[in-house]
Amino acid sequence: MENFTPVSALIGGGLIGLASGMYLLLNGRIAGISGIIGGLFGRNGTGSAIFERLAFIIGLIAGPLVLMTTTSISVSSVVTSPMPVIVIGGLLVGFGTTLGSGCTSGHGICGLSRLSMRSLVATLSFMAAGFITVLFTRHLIGGL
Amino acid sequence: MMRILVSLICGTIFGAGLYISGMIDPQKVLGFLDIWAITNGGWDPSLALVMAGGLLVAMPIIQFAKNRREPVCGGEMALPTNHKITRKLILGGLMFGTGWGLVGYCPGPAISALAFGQIDTVIFVVAMLVGMMVCKFSRLA
Repeated sequence: MENFTPVSALIGGGLIGLASGMYLLLNGRIAGISGIIGGLFGRNGTGSAIFERLAFIIGLIAGPLVLMTTTSISVSSVVTSPMPVIVIGGLLVGFGTTLGSGCTSGHGICGLSRLSMRSLVATLSFMAAGFITVLFTRHLIGGL
Repeated sequence: MMRILVSLICGTIFGAGLYISGMIDPQKVLGFLDIWAITNGGWDPSLALVMAGGLLVAMPIIQFAKNRREPVCGGEMALPTNHKITRKLILGGLMFGTGWGLVGYCPGPAISALAFGQIDTVIFVVAMLVGMMVCKFSRLA
């Protein structure tokens, strides 16, 4: 467990929870990232909602940028998968979150906080698939 | 205007949380999804604590907020009205989890990681957007 970072995980998680809670309390919306992105080019994404969605997405990128430039917290984002796997992974994440109406934030944080049975089923589904996929790629075929 | 400002602030706090928690790094996420590593002590349970920390803070606020007639900044409470467990829900979850396990990015961290300006992240995000559009315009979701 040499990579376990419990303190930063709890603090970071708390911030994610705070943002999700505030978004519902203040704006009346579920902070589901796949939904916020999907609504940008959806059939029913209209009017000022587009700007709210864009503002949230700009914030998602600005948050790390601010911390990167103003603090000594050093985090990287390492992608090791080969290009075809990156593309297939991205397609699956995009298609799957749209078909299943949510991702780790919308179902995992917001849905479970609402005690939604639908979100619990979705969360268990993507967690199970994630575990099985990594078991397969890292241990059965020995890495991608 | 107020609602747009709130969105920007919430997005920024959310992105900061992804950065501080390390979830912006696919290797950190894959270290959690690799449960087989429990057998040799290499498992990283951090993601579980991110979820726990998130739920600990979000749950009381959301439980309080969800019964309000309208949000603080006006407008309406846009809460999901679908309560049915469907095959689409489960199949979508399984597909998403597979892509998540292949690369280590889910939608939030993938967008936030654009801050690093890496081409691999950009390609993942473009593929993700294409996947979303294909699903939407095929009228499956």
